[in-house]
Amino acid sequence: MKRLKPLLLLSPLLVLVVIFFVIPVVLTIVIAFTDMDYSFVWNFVGFQNFKDISTDFIIPRVIANTFIYTFGTLGLFNLGTALLISLLTTSISDRWGNFFRTLWMLPRLTPSVVYGLLWLWMFDPTEYGLVNFLRGFFGLPPQDWLHSAPMWMVIFANGFIGASMGMLVFTAAIKSIPEDYYRAACIDGASWFMVVRRITLPLIKWHLLFVTAYQTLSLLASFEYILIITDGGPVYRTEVWALYTYHNAFSHFRFGYGAALSVILVIIGVVSALVYMKFFGFESLMEKPKVEVE
Amino acid sequence: MKLSFWQKNSEKIRNFVIILVLFLITSPILVGYVWLILRSFSEDLVNGFVPTKLTLKNWRFLWQEIKGYPNIWHTTLNTALLALGVMGVEVSITSLGGYALSRYDFPGRSSMMKFILALHAFPAISLMTAVFYLLWTLRLLDTLWGVILLKVSLEVPWGTWIMKGFYDGIPWELEWAGLVDGYSRFEVWRKILLPLVKPGIAVTAIFAFLSGWSEFVFVNTFIFSQNLWTLSKYVKGFIGDYRFADYGLVTAVGLFYMIPTIIFFFFVSKHMIKLTIGGVKG
Repeated sequence: MKRLKPLLLLSPLLVLVVIFFVIPVVLTIVIAFTDMDYSFVWNFVGFQNFKDISTDFIIPRVIANTFIYTFGTLGLFNLGTALLISLLTTSISDRWGNFFRTLWMLPRLTPSVVYGLLWLWMFDPTEYGLVNFLRGFFGLPPQDWLHSAPMWMVIFANGFIGASMGMLVFTAAIKSIPEDYYRAACIDGASWFMVVRRITLPLIKWHLLFVTAYQTLSLLASFEYILIITDGGPVYRTEVWALYTYHNAFSHFRFGYGAALSVILVIIGVVSALVYMKFFGFESLMEKPKVEVE
Repeated sequence: MKLSFWQKNSEKIRNFVIILVLFLITSPILVGYVWLILRSFSEDLVNGFVPTKLTLKNWRFLWQEIKGYPNIWHTTLNTALLALGVMGVEVSITSLGGYALSRYDFPGRSSMMKFILALHAFPAISLMTAVFYLLWTLRLLDTLWGVILLKVSLEVPWGTWIMKGFYDGIPWELEWAGLVDGYSRFEVWRKILLPLVKPGIAVTAIFAFLSGWSEFVFVNTFIFSQNLWTLSKYVKGFIGDYRFADYGLVTAVGLFYMIPTIIFFFFVSKHMIKLTIGGVKG
């Protein structure tokens, strides 16, 4: 009984996780070996889907897009901008610092379709869009950004959301650095940049690494804002791996092929999860309960 | 010794420059939301941000039906049901699960916690093909419950972890005191611990509500009937149909959809940084 009770309390969690995590993982792998479509007929075709992937002429394009999207967003925003904001907001009074950090949380809380609308407006092809309106000031004609820079639209939209996670992690890390280090540097006459380079960055190295690892995986699997803003277009120019999976399954109803594409993401996910466990020492988070009452 | 103007005011100048830079990099966010509000209440905007004439015409979707779209209030009700469903189920599961992980020692505890954490790092969205098949098998396709359960199951692993943290913060002495006074373990949980983890429950509830309210991809994929549409699908359709024709209407419906977010933002923005520090993903 004593052993059963905690499991009883955890059972709703476990049941849901088994139904919507464990079973789908197994199902995805099995469906990947069929040519299932919306009629849900199980027709096993061996490795055909994987052979098709290797000869699919869109795949190289999709891989290139995924790479540019993931590392472009990661470098420019999820790490770059996040680090910049946390460094700047911790260098001024808390009142101003919190003001800016709170503003950066707003996109994350906004429903994705409304947030997507904001970026559609900014890059609107007519003179009503923000970027084209600004171009108008310099006498430049409006430009169709969806055709001239679709990947930038996608990176910007995702970046302004993605930056907030790094911002929170880095801010917490920077704030936990002892004040003495900065005072000492200040007495030695170090400039702001010097302090950042020699004190702050080395001390938050671990957090930088964690956010990089974590956000890479999140970006690899994310497609919601791309779906809303460009829907992978024009002509596959912003189609990333996760979105290609989605389109195959739910636009073309090629469930088998979609699942095969998913399997590759699933493998990346499992491997990354194992790597996290190894490197980020979660053991230390798992103190045992002190005393067992009852 | 005479100090120059720059030396005397170096601190102030430094702060000013930093705040200016922050305003610059934050400007797309500021500009976007200001536009959303101004545009929805005005006839047209000139020079980007100057409303020509204030009007409520853009909000007409509230009192008249737009052709091809379901009733807005019915859609809002669906959205609220979805959000409250996610919130209710998620809070119940995480407050039980967090308690078990925090207070009981049992075989497999450590590996279970690793497993829960690993799930959080897992790209669940890549499983959608299989989930579609599963929902179809369980007769949950094209139902709000299907989306609720799916959403909850993706969020409970992390939510349980957060709740565990809140339980961990409560001294054991309080429980012992309760047990000495003759409470059963269940009564201790209900009467002593539950009131003390209220802040944790509030955090979980708010974020669960907002995530259910905002859900787009699952609704878009697993809901077909118009009478089950939620606001995300409604607004997405609007953007597609009216963006070039009537930005006023689109911004108004977008702003309407954002109301819970705005309320939440105004009330807790001061504490939000603390609230979200552990609970973000993406």
